[in-house]
Amino acid sequence: MNELQTQAQRQPASTDDTRALLPRVDVLEDDTGLTLLADLPGVPRDKLELKVEGDTLQIEGEIAPQTPEGLEPVYAELRLPRYRRRFTLSRELDAAHIDAKLADGVLTLRIPKHADAQPRRIAVQVH
Amino acid sequence: MYESMLSFPGSLFSELDRLQRDFDDLFGLSGQPASIRSAMPGSFPAINVGHTPISVEVYAFAPGIDASKVDVTLDHGVLVIAGERKAPEVDDKSSTYRSERAFGSFRRAVSLPDDIDPARVYATYRDGVLRVSIARRESAQPQRISVQ
Repeated sequence: MNELQTQAQRQPASTDDTRALLPRVDVLEDDTGLTLLADLPGVPRDKLELKVEGDTLQIEGEIAPQTPEGLEPVYAELRLPRYRRRFTLSRELDAAHIDAKLADGVLTLRIPKHADAQPRRIAVQVH
Repeated sequence: MYESMLSFPGSLFSELDRLQRDFDDLFGLSGQPASIRSAMPGSFPAINVGHTPISVEVYAFAPGIDASKVDVTLDHGVLVIAGERKAPEVDDKSSTYRSERAFGSFRRAVSLPDDIDPARVYATYRDGVLRVSIARRESAQPQRISVQ
């Protein structure tokens, strides 16, 4: 019994084991940081969870119900109620200052680079 | 409750059967006729359809579109959702690592059951999901028949 309990406690509290859809993303980089755009249709702001653990960024969102009483599915292309995707961040990215925006099912993340990682223009001395 | 919107009822065997059909369709092996309006998997936007006793609900998962410019038409029992998703402008100083999202114009059709009432349709757009609700005719709704 005790053994069972400790085993249960060891299980992570997060819902990492549940199956999820892989959202489609675009990733762009410019001099000052990265922009990540993810399609998360059906996810409202309060069901979106962004997590940075170590160097891993996790995007997870649950699709909110918009279903009337007594709905019976007859055809479904989207078959799971959540999205999840993880990315590894590199060291020059400033995970503490990620800016997130969610509009019409599109998540926009701006991940800035640390100031000292931004490219500098080096003046060439002419003698 | 949304599970019922997103998951398909059925036994393991029907799931396997569906998987087999998907493979057959993919490789063109299927001798069985497919629905003339069936779409390739991965089409944009993804569509789910459900019924209630009083309505037919169509959900189109179309993030980042201008809902005012989407054309939703219903003609002879076929619902057509058409529109355009504009690609964001990318300045030439940034480099792209991933480009998985779909852009451009789209058009998807869903054939509806015969008992719908084409006069009572409404569409809403929320969190990137276009929901079209079409009422069913009164006569099609379940009735209690009293026994004499």
